[in-house]
Amino acid sequence: MTLGPGRTGLILDEPLLWEKGKSGRTAFSMPDLDVPEAITTIDKELLGEGPDFPDLSEVDVVRHYTRLSTWNFGVDTGMYPLGSCTMKYNPKINEKMAATPGITASHPLLGDELSQGSLKILFELQNLLTSLTGMDKACLQPSAGAQGEMAGMLIFAAYFRKIGEKRTKILIPDTAHGTNPASAALCGFTPVSIKSKADGTLDLQSVSELMDEETVGIMLTNPNTLGIFEESIREVTACIHEKGGLVYGDGANMNAVMGIVDFKRCGIDIMHLNLHKTFSTPHGGGGPGAGPICVVEKLSPFLPVPHIVKNLEQYHLEYDCPDSIGKLHAFFGNFSVLVKAYSYILSMGGKNLKKASQLAVLNANYVKESLRDTLQLAYDMPCMHECVFSDALQQKHQISTLDMAKRLIDYGYHPPTIYFPLVVQGAIMIEPTETENKQDLDQFIAVFKKVTDEARENGDILRNAPAITKVRRLDETLAARKPCLVG
Amino acid sequence: MRYLPHTDKEIEQMLSVTGHAHLEDLFSHIPDKCRYQGELNIGSPISEWALTDYFKSLGEKNSVSSAKAVLLGAGSYSHFIPEIVSDLMSRSEFLTAYTPYQPEISQGTLQGIFEYQTLTARLLGMEVANASMYDGASALAEALLMAIRIGRKKNTVAISSSIHPHYREVVKSYLQAESFTVIELKTDKKGRTDLSGLADIDGLAAVALQSPNFFGVIEELQDAATQIHDSKALFVCCFSEPFSYGMLKSPGESGADIVCGEGQSFGMPQSFGGPGLGMFASSKKYQRNLPGRLIGETQDVDGRRGYVLTLSTREQHIRREKATSNICSNQGLCALTAAAYMATLGGTGIREMAKLNFNKAEYLKNGLLAAGANLLFDSPTFNEFTLSFDSDFSKTRSRLLEKGIIAGMELSQFYPEYKDAYLFCVTETASKDTLDTVIQEVLL
Amino acid sequence: MKELSELDLPENIFYSDDHEWVQKTGDTVRIGISDYAQDQMGDIVFVEMPEVGETFEKGDEFGTLESVKAVSEMFIPLGGEVVAVNEALDDAPELVNSAPYSNWLVEIRPSNDSEFDDLLNREQYLQLLQE
Repeated sequence: MTLGPGRTGLILDEPLLWEKGKSGRTAFSMPDLDVPEAITTIDKELLGEGPDFPDLSEVDVVRHYTRLSTWNFGVDTGMYPLGSCTMKYNPKINEKMAATPGITASHPLLGDELSQGSLKILFELQNLLTSLTGMDKACLQPSAGAQGEMAGMLIFAAYFRKIGEKRTKILIPDTAHGTNPASAALCGFTPVSIKSKADGTLDLQSVSELMDEETVGIMLTNPNTLGIFEESIREVTACIHEKGGLVYGDGANMNAVMGIVDFKRCGIDIMHLNLHKTFSTPHGGGGPGAGPICVVEKLSPFLPVPHIVKNLEQYHLEYDCPDSIGKLHAFFGNFSVLVKAYSYILSMGGKNLKKASQLAVLNANYVKESLRDTLQLAYDMPCMHECVFSDALQQKHQISTLDMAKRLIDYGYHPPTIYFPLVVQGAIMIEPTETENKQDLDQFIAVFKKVTDEARENGDILRNAPAITKVRRLDETLAARKPCLVG
Repeated sequence: MRYLPHTDKEIEQMLSVTGHAHLEDLFSHIPDKCRYQGELNIGSPISEWALTDYFKSLGEKNSVSSAKAVLLGAGSYSHFIPEIVSDLMSRSEFLTAYTPYQPEISQGTLQGIFEYQTLTARLLGMEVANASMYDGASALAEALLMAIRIGRKKNTVAISSSIHPHYREVVKSYLQAESFTVIELKTDKKGRTDLSGLADIDGLAAVALQSPNFFGVIEELQDAATQIHDSKALFVCCFSEPFSYGMLKSPGESGADIVCGEGQSFGMPQSFGGPGLGMFASSKKYQRNLPGRLIGETQDVDGRRGYVLTLSTREQHIRREKATSNICSNQGLCALTAAAYMATLGGTGIREMAKLNFNKAEYLKNGLLAAGANLLFDSPTFNEFTLSFDSDFSKTRSRLLEKGIIAGMELSQFYPEYKDAYLFCVTETASKDTLDTVIQEVLL
Repeated sequence: MKELSELDLPENIFYSDDHEWVQKTGDTVRIGISDYAQDQMGDIVFVEMPEVGETFEKGDEFGTLESVKAVSEMFIPLGGEVVAVNEALDDAPELVNSAPYSNWLVEIRPSNDSEFDDLLNREQYLQLLQE
């Protein structure tokens, strides 16, 4: 098996922390006690034993986490064609910038005067994001896309409360990411699902029929979750606005359109961006990310508080915002993630951001054309930064999307996104991103073709895959029937 | 540009496969009226070297870059971060990995977070913990929503006014759109929550306290638990400084049903308040109601122990509008960092560090009391405390600022009823010299 | 997934168009899910059931079935009051997969006998599955 980067390797096992360690070991360099021991004025009732943590030496801890890291696959390890996740390269210089001492030591409650550096970063990043999207104002507080959506929904609710209208429903396409209806429901709205057209795009007719004075508006994604640009977006947003509604744009797929699409011109009123997708901040195995929101001027009074403003040459935190939906984060959001995104945007500059989008779209179309006879293309139309296939052609060999995904691992790839969006049965969504070069794409394409050959000739290899990972086909049923969440 | 690997020749070759003449043609189907007009107003690319200079200057614009000590907590704490923690957590296999949806190639993250869940549960004295929420504030909001879900028809929650003001604001934001009622409970003369009016509140799903609270006062959790359970509500206990449980009785042992709070102290730099770490734990009987991601232990096809995301049907990607929360990401790397930090400290270390913090804080507190300050509340504290001054402390504070010491924070910006009161925090990072300097200035 | 011919469909009980089975037990009825339903769900990991004493109207959601990757709501085929729930399923939800007809979910006292007329017999249910 010489295709693809996957090989065998020595994988070292490592027990759980409390299975190693001996009482009395230490890994921490304890500072000196340079003050007298205080007489404990605390009531014995309030004192505790302390937690049952293992005692480990420094070498114990280092070996432990070093070994654990070798079991992980990251973007630095290899290609991660996860549709809708934009797993692009995470530049190391961003990490260094976020670790600038004056920035890491910055306490959030020192007041404006003592925090000008941090406030400048927030202010400048806000401007860069509004510039990129075409929108008017931004707020960097939401900690993730889902929280950005929640902010958007709370703004919708606050807006209609302010103008004295009672609207309880919201339109959501059936292709939407699960966070969309979840965020809407959290804010008291009833999601109304809109069935997509046969080509995977929004049905303007349906929107027009379903939009009424009881509906706050629509939550849509453009390019949509199938990687297709909604060409009728202006008509859709006009339709919503006509009946007094608002439009929320899920900006998860921004990587396809930087410098190419103007979201305000599309009719979007609020949108969020995922900095851990489009703006290269690392995923960290599940966070922290950031989900800042951008709004049109009329909604800016509702933005979470504080607003970051600039007067003359000084930056200020403005708390006097009576229409604000309030706070969503204890302080200003995932600040060091914001710093990394700021560093990325400055490193790229405008021209390269646009080029990144162009190349992301080129890469996805290249993969689409190269695999169109190997896998069933879900929608035969121009795609943007991601393309969607299904396992329809492999079903006759009793091979599913899951089997193919697991076999790709043996070849040295993280599988693409599978079984999302739900409208495509057995969906395989591939988003290469612009940081994959042509050689690596060609190798990926060759490997996928080989996997489908194996599906035809020897399906069991796929059904038993992956063969060479540390663990294989874990029993998720057992994990759910008898949850064991702590050791 | 070094992150864009395509050569012109390769672009040409690829375009011939996709059937386009130019890159722009890939976007020809996008209507003109949707298009960005002109070029992006973002400037030229900045080199790695110029960028470093720029950020250095930004850092210097923050006074704290030259400060000797910041004696303030209020939800963001200065603690020493061991070199091994920063080093190990910068490993790119942890940093650049995605959410562990493909468990076979994510066992590093999965075992690491399972260990985090376990250590968190042990720290807080609870049976189960999740893989984290965004921060202490949103964790509190989610805890109250969880209690409301468990309570089914109960729509009211009561939160102590001595909980961090920003946490309370976030709770109100989260609970604003639905038909929920948030009541604030007063703080008594001892700086503790006044629970006397609980019996009068209808449909009470939960009561939330913070301990140590915003004033640094340690609440009487066991008594509180009894009173709260008597009114048939769930007891939610939150915190902003987890080091306190290296010395104080855990909320779990004191009878809390749900415990949540901020874990930034465990290995994350302050970084202007983010990212934080929302630690979250509950009793086992409520585990199917937990928000957020959960990692569970299981076996693979060869009988080997392994870890997977589990109980996913609670979450947004499956349950959609009926999910226990809309949360998608957790604070992955922060949770892993906290676990590595707890592992580095060990059981012995965390007890020693807790005592160290306490001793240093008591030293400053007693020194200032001897120098003429007064306790705002005559109650035990951990590493934060609140004092009032007869003289004008703001002048002293300014003088200390010139010496590079940020001495506490004025309380009236959050609690206008307390005049000339200041909130202080002393951790292991403050030297005796610094503390003596502060005491000396007050004596002047 | 099983083929139609492989499905177990006992004769002497009723079925609903939502893939539940209904069996008379004196003046109460027991309700469970059909072999088709459990086969479609895959491994069931959790069964969420109502409380004894709750009342439902025909068509109300009375509980959910969870597999690892999906949740399926269950809608009650007859209105009535819940008199018992099968607590064995708390610890062993897999029983619904292995023996869907011996492991009932809820037992109710029906409030409206005429609703029985809307239930399907084996032939009618089989016809529904064939469509």
